[in-house]
Amino acid sequence: MAKKITIAIVGNPNSGKTTIFNNITGAHQKVGNWPGVTVEKKEGITTYDGCTIQAVDLPGTYSLTAYSLEEIIARNYIIGEKPDLVVDVIDASTLERNLYLATQLIDLGVKLVFALNMVDVARSRGLIIDHENLSLLMGVPFVPTVGSKNQGTKDLLKAIVGVAEDRESVSRHIHINYGLELEEEIEQFQGLIRTSASFPDEHHSRWMGIKLLENDEEVIKEIEKSPLKKKVLDQLGKSKAHLNEILGEDSETLMADRRYGFIHGALKETFRQAQRNRRYLSDQVDMVLTNRLLGFPIFIFFIWAMFQLTFSVGQYPMDWIDAGVGLLARVVGDLMGEGLPRNLVVGGLISGVGGVAVFLPNIFILFFCIALFEDTGYMARAAFIMDKVMHTLGLHGKSFIPMIMGFGCNVPAIMATRVLESRRDRILTILINPLISCSARLPVYVLIAGALFGAYAGNVIFSLYVIGILLAILMGQIFKRTLFRGEIAPFVLELPPYRMPTLKGTLIHMWERGSIFIRKMGGVILVGSILVWALSSFPQTVDYSRDYDMEKRKIQERYAIQKEELMQSWQSEKVQLLTREMNLKIAELEALRKDEFQENSFLGRLGKAIVPFLRPLGFDWKGGVALLTGFVAKEIVVSTFGILYQVGEKEGEESEGLRTAIRNAMTPLIGYAFMVFVLVYTPCLATLAAIRRETGSWGWTGFSVGYSLILAWILAFVIYRGGMILGLG
Amino acid sequence: MNIRKLSELKTGEKGIIERVTGVGRFRQRLMEMGFVPGAEIVVEKFAPLRNPIEYVLKGYHVSLRHDEAEKVMVRKLEEQTEDH
Ligand SMILES: Nc1nc2c(ncn2[C@@H]2O[C@H](COP(=O)(O)OP(=O)(O)OP(=O)(O)O)[C@@H](O)[C@H]2O)c(=O)[nH]1
Repeated sequence: MAKKITIAIVGNPNSGKTTIFNNITGAHQKVGNWPGVTVEKKEGITTYDGCTIQAVDLPGTYSLTAYSLEEIIARNYIIGEKPDLVVDVIDASTLERNLYLATQLIDLGVKLVFALNMVDVARSRGLIIDHENLSLLMGVPFVPTVGSKNQGTKDLLKAIVGVAEDRESVSRHIHINYGLELEEEIEQFQGLIRTSASFPDEHHSRWMGIKLLENDEEVIKEIEKSPLKKKVLDQLGKSKAHLNEILGEDSETLMADRRYGFIHGALKETFRQAQRNRRYLSDQVDMVLTNRLLGFPIFIFFIWAMFQLTFSVGQYPMDWIDAGVGLLARVVGDLMGEGLPRNLVVGGLISGVGGVAVFLPNIFILFFCIALFEDTGYMARAAFIMDKVMHTLGLHGKSFIPMIMGFGCNVPAIMATRVLESRRDRILTILINPLISCSARLPVYVLIAGALFGAYAGNVIFSLYVIGILLAILMGQIFKRTLFRGEIAPFVLELPPYRMPTLKGTLIHMWERGSIFIRKMGGVILVGSILVWALSSFPQTVDYSRDYDMEKRKIQERYAIQKEELMQSWQSEKVQLLTREMNLKIAELEALRKDEFQENSFLGRLGKAIVPFLRPLGFDWKGGVALLTGFVAKEIVVSTFGILYQVGEKEGEESEGLRTAIRNAMTPLIGYAFMVFVLVYTPCLATLAAIRRETGSWGWTGFSVGYSLILAWILAFVIYRGGMILGLG
Repeated sequence: MNIRKLSELKTGEKGIIERVTGVGRFRQRLMEMGFVPGAEIVVEKFAPLRNPIEYVLKGYHVSLRHDEAEKVMVRKLEEQTEDH
């Protein structure tokens, strides 16, 4: 008989939940997202003893109150989806605190198995746990496991199937006793709630009573929607006042207190600590890594190493991919005939996909480093060290990593905001991250500053980076005070012991995040690239002001005659010279034609259409077009200038021809305003895709575009106009 | 009685939690993480910039910002517990 069991895996953060999940499901899992939010949802399937077990990994939580997103997801799943069984992964080395969540699960009345994980750590710390007696006391089987060594997995599966099929002898529903006074109040609620037809279940009504005393917002909301509203809320007011009067504490404190009391009682007979107050290896490591003097240098070194690895070592595979894409474009280009389909495939599709693919090495290396930081436990220390600094910016200690990554590329930086638990911190960090000047903006600065500021180019570029940082601080302060007022999440950060990560575990973490980048962002960037390609390639038929084809033919004819004459007089060196001259003239003509085509394309027209907005800043329509294309990726601004100033698109930021053209087109003041605009304005397409993905909201994405555009405009305006007034123009 | 704010304890000092002031999410989070009356708490160390502060509670390490630690009232234990 093939039976199907659905299980949900819960546990405190860092209890080894993911490891246990991987052990249970092996390679058969898929990563997705919880509807509407960016918390990852993992599902996997396995078979044991003729049963098909379908497992869902719930987010790590300390409790099932309804305060954080993770908690709400975990709880709604258990209550709403009603899995057949819940596995709570309990870290044996911090048993007492881990059991808090366990007591809440017991209250819920679901079928349970407790995976007593990290028993190796507990043993090495001299903690002796009588898990058999604990099982009897709590009415739930405890199965000892060592997740990182895949020990105990079979026993766990056996217990799961046993409990699910009601064959497990220790399993029973216990009622945690909250003490006479509280039990009386709980009973009151139970009585009230059970009079209603919508909550008939005895266990559930007891749970609701408990949650009401815990001031649980979700349950209160649910009650408010029911006809019982008035009665129950009145009773809640009375109960709280009564408890406060006789016990001198509010009901939430009492509940938490009694929970820990119950845990304490259960552990009294089943838990012993052989040695006390020993210094563990982890503490010794920590004495160095968060040392008052060494802490910062070591931290900076790690960040530097991560940066180097991500962007310097990552450069090699990036170049290979870039070269590969170039080769592909050439091969495909040769295979397909001249024409629109070829342009679409080569200019739109391949360069679009290539634009995504070149990011992959960066992203994967970065996520590997972050997974390493998290799995070893260093991430929490980094937050510990940096929190004071970041807090003055209105951010959380963990925001540091995304901010520093922004100097490389904002895309992985924004994806790195996942390390932040509170949504407020995450969105705030995401919003100001694009102000950190990424490496794609550097070529633009090098070109313009190099052309206009000569020997001072270095200082000018440095000033742009500083402006970016200052703006990030400023905007952080402004957003904190306006958009996110009052929503301060508690810092309360657990510092888990240092652990030796397993390569497999770290690779899995890396892959989970990296693969989401490929699947979700690839599409957006691809579509965007094709769109820009289309805007710059249409309309195809242009009413040229001159007949380029005829002029070209005329040139060819003229030179053909001259060549003929020379050939007859045996002057072959001169023929070569003449041919070169002719090709130059034709190229010039082609460039003019291209220029006119560009000017006429939808993109060119758009550039001209926005000129009224740009004129106050001193920019012309070519600047406008460059800024428009820079939306796809900021470094494109350089190649667009290359096209527009007819020095050929192959020219880079160091090209002298392009510099001369820039010098003719811009004053240093306009150039500086332009660079500041490039620094601040709308994040590039890939970054926007990342923002959309990580905030899960078009609203925030739009806001990010809007505020940065306005900010860029104001800054450029102030610089240009202010400079004019000061006579710098 | 020797009641004071948790933030006033120095490195290595020990206290017994009396109560947690403050409201809402912060308070709830502290309670469920074991900051309940009667729990023993030790100051492990201060961050290099003096804030936040790391504590040991119920066998695990947790850090609080200074202004959060101000909301936890403790009874200071006088005995010397350092053994290194
Ligand atoms: N010594 C030891 N280490 C373990 C054990 N189980 C897991 N680990 C390690 O503990 C670390 C954290 O494990 P994860 O599975 O990522 O923990 P998690 O609960 O999923 O953590 P979050 O994803 O942050 O909620 C990893 O480095 C694991 O290799 C165990 O039984 N013993």
